[in-house]
Amino acid sequence: MSNNELIEMSRISNIFKEKEKVLNIYLTAGYPKLNDTVEIVKELDNAGVDLIEIGFPFSDPLADGETIQESSKIAIDNGMTIDLLFKQLKEIRKTCNIPIVLMGYYNQILYHGAIDFFKKAKEIGVDGFIIPDMPVEEYEKEYKSLFIELELDMIFLITPQSSDERILKIDASTSGFLYVVSSYSLTGSNNEISDPSIEYFNRINKLPIKNSKLIGFGISDKNSFDTVCQYADGAIIGSAFIRSLKDSNNLKKSIHQFVKQIRS
Amino acid sequence: MNYLADKNGFYGEFGGAYIPEMLYHNVKELRDNYKQIIDSEEFQNEFKSILRNYVGRPTPLYLAKNLSDKYNTNIFLKREDLNHTGAHKINNTVGQVLLARHLGKKRIIAETGAGQHGVATATVCALMGMQCIVYMGEVDIQRQAPNVARMKMLGAEVRPATTGSKTLKDAVNEAIRDWIKNPEDTFYIIGSVVGPHPYPKMVARFQSVISEEMIVQLEEQCGKRNPDKVIACIGGGSNAAGAFYHYINRKEVELIAVEADGLGIESGKTACSTQAGRTGIIHGSKTYLMQNKDGQIIEPYSISAGLDYPGIGPLHAHLFKSGRAKFLKAADHEAMEAAFELTKLEGIIPALESAHALAALKQLSFDKKECVVVNLSGRGDKDMETYMNVE
Repeated sequence: MSNNELIEMSRISNIFKEKEKVLNIYLTAGYPKLNDTVEIVKELDNAGVDLIEIGFPFSDPLADGETIQESSKIAIDNGMTIDLLFKQLKEIRKTCNIPIVLMGYYNQILYHGAIDFFKKAKEIGVDGFIIPDMPVEEYEKEYKSLFIELELDMIFLITPQSSDERILKIDASTSGFLYVVSSYSLTGSNNEISDPSIEYFNRINKLPIKNSKLIGFGISDKNSFDTVCQYADGAIIGSAFIRSLKDSNNLKKSIHQFVKQIRS
Repeated sequence: MNYLADKNGFYGEFGGAYIPEMLYHNVKELRDNYKQIIDSEEFQNEFKSILRNYVGRPTPLYLAKNLSDKYNTNIFLKREDLNHTGAHKINNTVGQVLLARHLGKKRIIAETGAGQHGVATATVCALMGMQCIVYMGEVDIQRQAPNVARMKMLGAEVRPATTGSKTLKDAVNEAIRDWIKNPEDTFYIIGSVVGPHPYPKMVARFQSVISEEMIVQLEEQCGKRNPDKVIACIGGGSNAAGAFYHYINRKEVELIAVEADGLGIESGKTACSTQAGRTGIIHGSKTYLMQNKDGQIIEPYSISAGLDYPGIGPLHAHLFKSGRAKFLKAADHEAMEAAFELTKLEGIIPALESAHALAALKQLSFDKKECVVVNLSGRGDKDMETYMNVE
């Protein structure tokens, strides 16, 4: 079987075959309370979210804005660790089949031994990874063959400053979907989708990109979700969701309300 | 063995550019242009002229007779403390602000811990009429009030880093985030030999003026180009990089780096990254860094704010691992003693950082004919409160 066929079979790729306007929600593991991770993922699944990105919190999250930084700090203070994350994922996978992407920083993966870390994640039922500070070149050299062997997807980011050539290079290394960063910003910026962003989406859509595309950063409500879905296969919402959990006294209710408001 | 960075910024296994895609363009712009600009005659003339006429270079290489008598050898102090703004930091900021101007950037951002790099950046920005924003941990803002006041008087905006542990590493994170949000007009001036390639290489080159002068000065004063030992303190490692630079490939020169050991490695309150840390990634670079049992970066401790960084530059990680440099450590109390000793014997109040390099004198043995250079990276005015609180 060729590598391409293997990738075709991934749980993430299937979602893009089956659905339009894919909704990917980000959450920080261990936030707001240490053991909320399991319930949040299950309720997101019940509420009809298509894909889930679970951030494992890092002390120095360079690519993240204020909201996710803060949720990461709270999660670490709550006692969140990689061991616990794997335990929570096992619990989730007992009942829940939704595609799961783990997002985190390279240092922690190196610390736990990258190859073992990826193998263990796959064993537990993780479908893919987003590691913002892992260079494409390092992935190609060190991990790509392992990812293909394990049928894990590796999702890379592109930004408005990525040249056409760079975008195609990143696309070639990516599987699952391409993460399109909407503007010069960090996660959690709450701008309207601007004209330069739309020009950039149009530029990308003229390129021969093989992967499906999700737009992230600055998507916070129905309006921004619907807007960007005109230019991609769906979108990722992170900070707005984290904010909705912050003051919630009923997680289940808050999650269903949040998703309903986006999907209405 | 090659001790210099390869084309991808790797010193052996250390270095590189582990950065999110949002920074790729900014770093690439710098990487593609910096060398050509720095090598140009126009740049070199400007750089050298400012260092000579404004910063006050060359700084003296001073044979400290009383200190030499005490240790029964020949100890030279490279007087970086006599630079404008009081430390070696300005060598690098002059270089980078000039480079920013050549790249057409209008807005300068920097991080600072103790405030020395922030003051040096604000100073050169005032000189060149550039907008300057300095990120500084909220905790550091409180403990370094005089430097905050200096930066403000120099026209810089000091923005508190309120995330994480609210110290130097968080100030770096905030500066990087600012750069992500302002990719077009902004230049990020890193203050040490850390960060993604090409920063470690570029900062080392700007600081290399220290050993460049040492070679000439030693020859004038003792008829030989090479000292037997060069001693420098190391946090991120910019003054050590500058003092070692031209000797790295001269094996007969012993290079000695002194890390801050805080209250001692057993106490856990240390900044000794080579001993208390392990390989990981911080601020875009692979190096030794201090982490907890889950790979979270932890806060180091030292009495000296300038050595209070959880990692070391990748060049130094390579010098350590390869054995090319000897790494020593000095605890808070050893640095304090060394500071008082130098003050009493030579009438020079050193910065607390530099005092760590001086503390190594007690740990080493010397031949009477040996020629030892200690890089006195900064002066102690900023540390008076700490010095006065000790009996």
